[in-house]
Amino acid sequence: MRHLLDIQSLSSEEIHGLLNLAENVKEILYRPIPKVPTLRGKLVLLLFYEPSTRTKFSFERACKVLSADTMSFSAKGSSLEKGETILDTIKNLYALGVNLVVIRHSLSGTPHFIAKHLKIPVVNAGDGIHEHPTQALLDLLTVREKLRTFTDRKVAIIGDIKHSRVAHSDILAFQKLGASVFVTGPAHLLPEPKEIPFFEVKPGGFKVCLKPREALQDADVVIALRIQKERHGEAFIPSLREYAQNFGLGPRELEWIKPGGLLMHPGPINWGVELAHELEKYPFQVILDQVENGVAVRMAVLLSLLSGE
Amino acid sequence: MVRLIKEGRILDPSLGLDLVGDLLIVDGTIRGVAPSIEYPEKVDTISARGCLVIPGIVDIHVHLREPGEEWKEDIESGTRAALHGGVLRVACMPNTKPPNDSPEVTSYILEKARERAHVKVYPIATITKGQSGKELTEFGRLKEAGVVALSDDGKWVSDASLMKKALLYAKNFDLPLISHCEEPNLSNRGQINEGILSAKLGLKGIPFSAETIAVVRDLLLLKETNSYLHLAHLSVKESIPFLRWAKEEGLSFTAETCPHYFTLTETEVDGYNTIAKVNPPLRTEEDVQAIKHALKEGLIEVIASDHAPHSPLEKEVEFELASFGMIGLQFLLPLSYDLVRQGFLSQQKLLEYLITNPARVIKVDPPNFREGSPAEVVIFNPEKDWVVTEECILSKSKNTPLLGRTIKGKVEAVILGEGVFRL
Repeated sequence: MRHLLDIQSLSSEEIHGLLNLAENVKEILYRPIPKVPTLRGKLVLLLFYEPSTRTKFSFERACKVLSADTMSFSAKGSSLEKGETILDTIKNLYALGVNLVVIRHSLSGTPHFIAKHLKIPVVNAGDGIHEHPTQALLDLLTVREKLRTFTDRKVAIIGDIKHSRVAHSDILAFQKLGASVFVTGPAHLLPEPKEIPFFEVKPGGFKVCLKPREALQDADVVIALRIQKERHGEAFIPSLREYAQNFGLGPRELEWIKPGGLLMHPGPINWGVELAHELEKYPFQVILDQVENGVAVRMAVLLSLLSGE
Repeated sequence: MVRLIKEGRILDPSLGLDLVGDLLIVDGTIRGVAPSIEYPEKVDTISARGCLVIPGIVDIHVHLREPGEEWKEDIESGTRAALHGGVLRVACMPNTKPPNDSPEVTSYILEKARERAHVKVYPIATITKGQSGKELTEFGRLKEAGVVALSDDGKWVSDASLMKKALLYAKNFDLPLISHCEEPNLSNRGQINEGILSAKLGLKGIPFSAETIAVVRDLLLLKETNSYLHLAHLSVKESIPFLRWAKEEGLSFTAETCPHYFTLTETEVDGYNTIAKVNPPLRTEEDVQAIKHALKEGLIEVIASDHAPHSPLEKEVEFELASFGMIGLQFLLPLSYDLVRQGFLSQQKLLEYLITNPARVIKVDPPNFREGSPAEVVIFNPEKDWVVTEECILSKSKNTPLLGRTIKGKVEAVILGEGVFRL
């Protein structure tokens, strides 16, 4: 693995390898002094061309635990505003001696584009409406910790599937490890018939459901997506109350899933829209486990891309 | 100066000519075609053995980028590429900077062409001022300045009422309208064909309906106005049945496609390859087949290059920021000749699609081998392989997914008036 650009190009062995490594290094986070020298002297560049709090902090935390130095960059105040192309920016930053680039960008494929032009590893921290591979890895790690196996598990994803890079990575990742993925949401925000073959990783492993109940029924895992107003620029949803009423999750919806079924959300959550407030107290809600596993997974990614150098 | 082209397969679709023999050119003028010509004096003999000897190609969909974007292409470089591709007349699209929406810009283009062009240049002007889709341009004054057609190429005139007025008003001046069929709300922010690949790459797709809805609306307006319309660069299977309907209705229209729509598929853009980003986008194998069958059936009867040069400044960027388009002047004839090899078109039919039909769209006499016509002759070796390299591309821009690939069929020589170019 030279880069981590997306889930679609990873084999199930590579995914398992990353999860195993994440599981091993997670322990470091609980030490009295949660820091190891493994990546001392390595310089990681965090390029965030789009607002992010948890992903950026999570990568930064992962770097610090591993003793890598970080430089970060946000689009505001950068050379972008001076009209510099991203390629020039990257080449200049590379000349500073960077060993690895983590990039988030609002345009799909930007990490792939810079990876073509850089000799150092590139990690995709979310690109447009394409993929968010480290999010999928942390989702997998969370499910593996709680449920142990993936085979024959049913994962339901509810929300704006079409524009969600989290959904795209999760749909592929869970199937690659043996689970089936059922997606549901407003029909115009679901994959179109022509697109479905891409999301079907294993025969029968992917289903688009118009009725939320069909997706949720007996699910082992439910992932609610954030309604992302900022990524649309178009009025996709008539109103938030309409969304909450028809596609939001509440106690009634969780009755349909398997007893002990996990509730996940990539965050940040719009409470009262995609999740009812009461669900904060749902016993199998693992949203903060996801955040913690995010650090472990990103440590694993950094280690596997940098320690082989 | 006397030139004798010997032993070629001489084809001329406008004369229905097809014979193996010699073509005589005296002082830049065609003087005869016969199985064997002996000329008493010393002549410049050009062997065409194994080659086709054909009139120059007429490409009615070319972006020469002048004025305004001369770093991509200009009239000199674009027409040099044309010459090397056997394209001896080009009609240039008006989306320059400023756009060709006034007689002044038209005159500028024609003046530059007189000074520097290697082949004949016909300007196309916009239908609406600034291509804004709001107000019609001065059709009459543009015609007088020398435009041969009108098109808002790159943009569809989405106001149906305005398009209807344009179709009617164009009749006053016998000006053909060329429509870029793309419903802009459906294609908004779209990057590539909508389907499996757009899902894979996380790019907004351009659905077939964006093209077909535009085709259907335009054909309905045509029926209502009894005018004439040329449909540019069709790419999807779903548009074809409506062309058949329009033929049955007897509507006066022509439809065009480009070699990339019957040669390449969307897989070219996989891996975020901006070089293959083009509008309309490359589609699927099914669409490629449908376009070929539409050519065979005569529903599409014009082939043009949609030569769209872009420099690395527009292409070596994030996929969604990259400009649409690929160059095509030097590949038009060889790629189109595949249709003959694959049995979709006869040689004669292909030449109609490349020479006489496009000339008819812009209402000019096509290059031909009638005695007394000026020499516009292309010698094409359909069997010769060549590798596409940056060096052999004469355009300023090298944006083609064909770089590095081997192409069958090469223009060996061009005789244009008094000039001869051995390529």
